[in-house]
Amino acid sequence: MRSISVTVNGTPRQLTVDEDRRLLWVLRDDLGLTGTKFGCGVSSCGACTVIVDGKAVHACVTAMKAVDGKHVTTIEGLANGDRLAPVQQGFVDHLGFQCGYCTPGMIMGGTALLMSNPKPTRDEIAKGMEGHLCRCGAHVRIIDAIEAASHAPASGGAK
Amino acid sequence: MTKLKEEMIVPEGWGFVDTVDRRDFLKLTGSGLLVIFALTPPDGVLRPVWNPAGIQRPSPDFNAFVHIGADGRVTMLVGKIEMGQGVMTSLPQLAAEELGVPLASVDVVLGDTELCPFDMGTFGSLSVRTLGPVLRAAAAEARAVLVQMASEKLGVAPADLEVKDGIVMSKSDRSKRVSYGELTAGKRIERRLDGKAALEAVANFKIVGTSPLRRDAIDKVTGRAKYSGDIVPPGALHARIVRAPAHGADMMTVDTKAAEAVPGVRVVRDGEIVAVLHQHRDEADKALKLVKATFGSPPSMLDDQSIFAHLQASAPEGRAVAQDGSVENGEKAATQIVEQKYLKGYVAHAPMETHSAVASVAADGKVTVWGSTQTPFPLQTQVARALKLPTEKVRIITPFVGGGFGGKSASQQAIEAARLAVAAGAPVRVVWDRTEEFFFDTFDPAAVITIRAGIDAAKKIVSWNYEVIGAGERGSQQFYDVANHRTVVRGGWNANQNGMHPFGIGPWRAPGANANTFAREVHIDLLAQKAGMDPVAFRQFNLTKNARMLRVLQAAAEKFGWQAGVAPSKRGFGVALGDDAGTYVASIAHVKVDPSSGAVQVLRVVCAQDMGVVVNPAGAMQQLEGCITMGLGYTLAEEVRFKNGVVLDKNFPTYHLPRFSWVPKIEGVLLNSPDLPAQGGGEPAIVTMGAAVANAVYDAVGARVVQLPLTPERVKAAMV
Repeated sequence: MRSISVTVNGTPRQLTVDEDRRLLWVLRDDLGLTGTKFGCGVSSCGACTVIVDGKAVHACVTAMKAVDGKHVTTIEGLANGDRLAPVQQGFVDHLGFQCGYCTPGMIMGGTALLMSNPKPTRDEIAKGMEGHLCRCGAHVRIIDAIEAASHAPASGGAK
Repeated sequence: MTKLKEEMIVPEGWGFVDTVDRRDFLKLTGSGLLVIFALTPPDGVLRPVWNPAGIQRPSPDFNAFVHIGADGRVTMLVGKIEMGQGVMTSLPQLAAEELGVPLASVDVVLGDTELCPFDMGTFGSLSVRTLGPVLRAAAAEARAVLVQMASEKLGVAPADLEVKDGIVMSKSDRSKRVSYGELTAGKRIERRLDGKAALEAVANFKIVGTSPLRRDAIDKVTGRAKYSGDIVPPGALHARIVRAPAHGADMMTVDTKAAEAVPGVRVVRDGEIVAVLHQHRDEADKALKLVKATFGSPPSMLDDQSIFAHLQASAPEGRAVAQDGSVENGEKAATQIVEQKYLKGYVAHAPMETHSAVASVAADGKVTVWGSTQTPFPLQTQVARALKLPTEKVRIITPFVGGGFGGKSASQQAIEAARLAVAAGAPVRVVWDRTEEFFFDTFDPAAVITIRAGIDAAKKIVSWNYEVIGAGERGSQQFYDVANHRTVVRGGWNANQNGMHPFGIGPWRAPGANANTFAREVHIDLLAQKAGMDPVAFRQFNLTKNARMLRVLQAAAEKFGWQAGVAPSKRGFGVALGDDAGTYVASIAHVKVDPSSGAVQVLRVVCAQDMGVVVNPAGAMQQLEGCITMGLGYTLAEEVRFKNGVVLDKNFPTYHLPRFSWVPKIEGVLLNSPDLPAQGGGEPAIVTMGAAVANAVYDAVGARVVQLPLTPERVKAAMV
């Protein structure tokens, strides 16, 4: 056990945990942030994607010691009150979801993508999202959603 | 009834619920107008479509509710579940239309065995197709009752009244008006539906046929949407169950000492289940690895190569499901006969949410299970049986389901959670990991299909002899103008007959129809090739009696810009037709094949669909696109590898689902068919993908692949 300092959705947290525990389960089981989903546990589906210091990471394979001193943004931290972040709004407007289970990870991945490449082409979006699986087959609309968000006036949301 | 009880071994309280009285929703529906449906139930609502557990519906039950409260709010209570297909949005559209109320005033409660009327399960693209008419009728009945009440109150004949936004008013004097809420306030009115109330004419639809924002949209993009794994009763523990490495391998010894020594870990046993429990999932995972267990040898020596010979040897006797004329006479009239065998492996459901459940036992012994399931009511009976409890002591609540595709018709994880919660004396969460999901999946069965068919000198199909092993009946019957035909089915997805399959099988999105449509539509292309005809023209020439099918084919060909050519034309175009869940579909694919590797890239798919009245066009289009995208998987890559009872594919790195780079340009066309009631939309478009792509691959490079999936190796091997 050791003390880990991590800022989660803007709130500084001091967590006493086994430093090898996985960020995914600390978010879900310890902090009650269940928006981040478990899909595969081996970094191959993207359902657990969160943003750590501006980069998309798979929380299922991220140890707590790796986020010590860092900023973690989850799906719960993206909207500003009732105002959805542009990528979230894109998913609503373009129906970029069906069952919704991969959606938080998709939105976090799309948000990180726009942070590094604010005006991607559709091909670049597809390439950037390749690590995300969606079994319902919402892919085309997910690309539409992220593309729309790239044209939205105020982007960002994640820190 | 007595016999049923003996069979079910549920002596007490086997839910012979006759009226609404015993149900807690009385609290919910205290006063107001309640419409109970008691007509002959349609297939898929009360009659089992897939029923391996032998669940019977409990007695003269009701199966649809519409309740109108004193505040004018309408509550629909529906036993279906929301797994992304959009019924949470489309079913209220139907009710709001018939009631004449704003859509926003309709609430819907889904998949709760305590609140909702019995339902067999959510599968078969049946929710709108068969439950839709029931809900429309219930809503129309409610409106008729309310108009009658308004007539008495206002002193205006019913014919002179109209309803707008939940207010009944005189057509000639708008000041004579009364709201639904005012009419029902303080009274309790129960009406048993006789189905005689007039339905709204399609031409007058204002809400049906529009695409309001999906009701789950905001919750799903903010992470607020709760799935079964997100429900955490106080004190809940994660359970990780010790699993056998192979199907049929029994546990011989187990040593849990090392796991038990970990702080916070509990080991719980219930019968054959040995589980490690911890508050945190990752710590339970770690403790599970400390358990030492040995297992006996698995009985099955089959693998994904030898399975096809085994299926042919073990399949039950054939059953003719369609037959006309004489195949023998047809063959005599034929100038050319083509015989071909088609193969398809097992395919996993692989929903992104693995099977998940949380069970909690109340002080009075009542068990509540939140489960990711497509079948909450059958599951209620299964849990009650497992716990030896009366049915009403078990409540199943279905939160959002993270994808089902048929795979959550079986819900073993919920039974495990319930048993462990009772054994542990604490709420228990069972969330399968991906390896458990692949291992316990009820796969789409492997299939062997043999077709022998002939054409005459005029290029008409004159004989059609079809045998399907493994896939089952759905989609097996051809719809071309063939006077002499015979279709025989040997075993199917709905039961593992004669031990054909070395693990569980079950319904997979359009069960059976993907294999059957692949074989039939590839075979039609083989015949077109023999005839030296363009594949679209050959189909049209042999479809003269099927106007609906011709219409979708025409629509797809027009949208695609099809120009006649005899395959292989090197263009990479392929067509396939299908009928499924009452819907007719035509798909045309454009592919590119890498000749050096055999890899196939699907560039474009046009899909035209006649699904009757379209309740929610945006939702229907989402389903169509989802079918095409998901269909890329079984077409190009998905095939479960296994050997000696071991499922070798344990996670996504080896079992490839369609990814973003695979997805073609998709163009859907929904035909306007106001005269036909709403048909199924969740499955039909997927059935044509295998053949449309296979035919396009042949057109591109002359490689005729007759086994799904069309892996690069198979395409390469088939290239001449």
